[in-house]
Amino acid sequence: MSIEVRIPTILRTYTANEKVVEAAGSTIAEVVADLEANYPGIGDRLTDDKGLRRFVNVYLNDEDVRFLDGLDTAVADGDSVTILPAVAGG
Amino acid sequence: MRFDSLLDSVGNTPLVGLPHLSPSGQVRLWAKLEDRNPTGSIKDRAALAMIEAAEADGTLTRGATILEPTSGNTGISLAMAAHIKGYSLLCVMPENTSAERTQLLKMWGADIVYSAAAGGSNEAVRVAQQMAADRPDLVMLYQYGNPANVAAHYRGTGPELLADLPTITHFVAGLGTTGTIMGAGRYLREHRPGIEIVAAEPRYGELVYGLRNLDEGFVPELYDPSVLTRRFSVGLEDAVRRTRQLVSEEGIFAGISTGAILHAALGIASAIESSGGTADIAFIVCDGGWKYLSTGAYGGSFEDAIAGLEGQLWA
Repeated sequence: MSIEVRIPTILRTYTANEKVVEAAGSTIAEVVADLEANYPGIGDRLTDDKGLRRFVNVYLNDEDVRFLDGLDTAVADGDSVTILPAVAGG
Repeated sequence: MRFDSLLDSVGNTPLVGLPHLSPSGQVRLWAKLEDRNPTGSIKDRAALAMIEAAEADGTLTRGATILEPTSGNTGISLAMAAHIKGYSLLCVMPENTSAERTQLLKMWGADIVYSAAAGGSNEAVRVAQQMAADRPDLVMLYQYGNPANVAAHYRGTGPELLADLPTITHFVAGLGTTGTIMGAGRYLREHRPGIEIVAAEPRYGELVYGLRNLDEGFVPELYDPSVLTRRFSVGLEDAVRRTRQLVSEEGIFAGISTGAILHAALGIASAIESSGGTADIAFIVCDGGWKYLSTGAYGGSFEDAIAGLEGQLWA
């Protein structure tokens, strides 16, 4: 299974500056694990023992996974995952 | 409608149906026209409420200077209210905002300190917090953590929506300070069990996310995720496309963040229509399009519009 993952500027030091990488997995947690396997260190920036880190937002096809099933959210071939740091508005 | 002064006219905005963009008579979209507020944005509600709360608790006294980090609209609302009430206003605003925002702020007498484009509003917040620490004479209202921001929507926006649309099933709004969706969302949840509260946040260009490290991320103190049922990130292209569609199909001239909210609302409407359900989906028109005319968002080629807005804070 191939999932397209969009990497924010701040984490591209792990992906040799690649903006978009491919990952495999059937859940967000598996996608994160696959990213960690290919880009060591990135997993720890995304999650801690409590789940997604506070200032990290992960979107599956534009929807925030925290309002789906979090790290257990199912992903399918062709899905797009976007990782972004939390920013302010207003 | 008659009011004693401009400030008394904040709120009580119209809710209008979208007969052309609604999928059917069973799945209907409704726009709450917050551009009908005095400065043309929903932020008039929070700005006035924060000033009145600070007056009531004594932190804001005659002749004081208000300090506020803002990407524009809150600053403009505060500038109007401060001007009428006799306060000075100092705004910290990212430099990558539309020219109209600077013009409007200056028109109402505000002073502006620009913060670096990189980091967007996060950087404006950081700079303002440093200024507040250095200058205790400044009164920072701090829209991201001020309960009066949420209260304005709990008292106003939420009850207005329920009164105008008792059958409301979905409320869709932006997610800047989170004040609108926390206040109105909480009120609607209390009075319409089962209602969906949906947030649509803008997905900006790379510049805005160019923080030095993830610890510089920012989640407003007001944010309580338990109020929301879903949250979407909407990119610039979808937002501009919907902004144009809103004016071409319904005649509603709105800002770009409204396009992002409409995109989320239409996605929900389409899914419900496909499943044969019924829905009354209300969404917020945050501001009118006037402040974004210089970006080329409304005319000319779509590609030029995207190029003109890329790198700007458009919500």
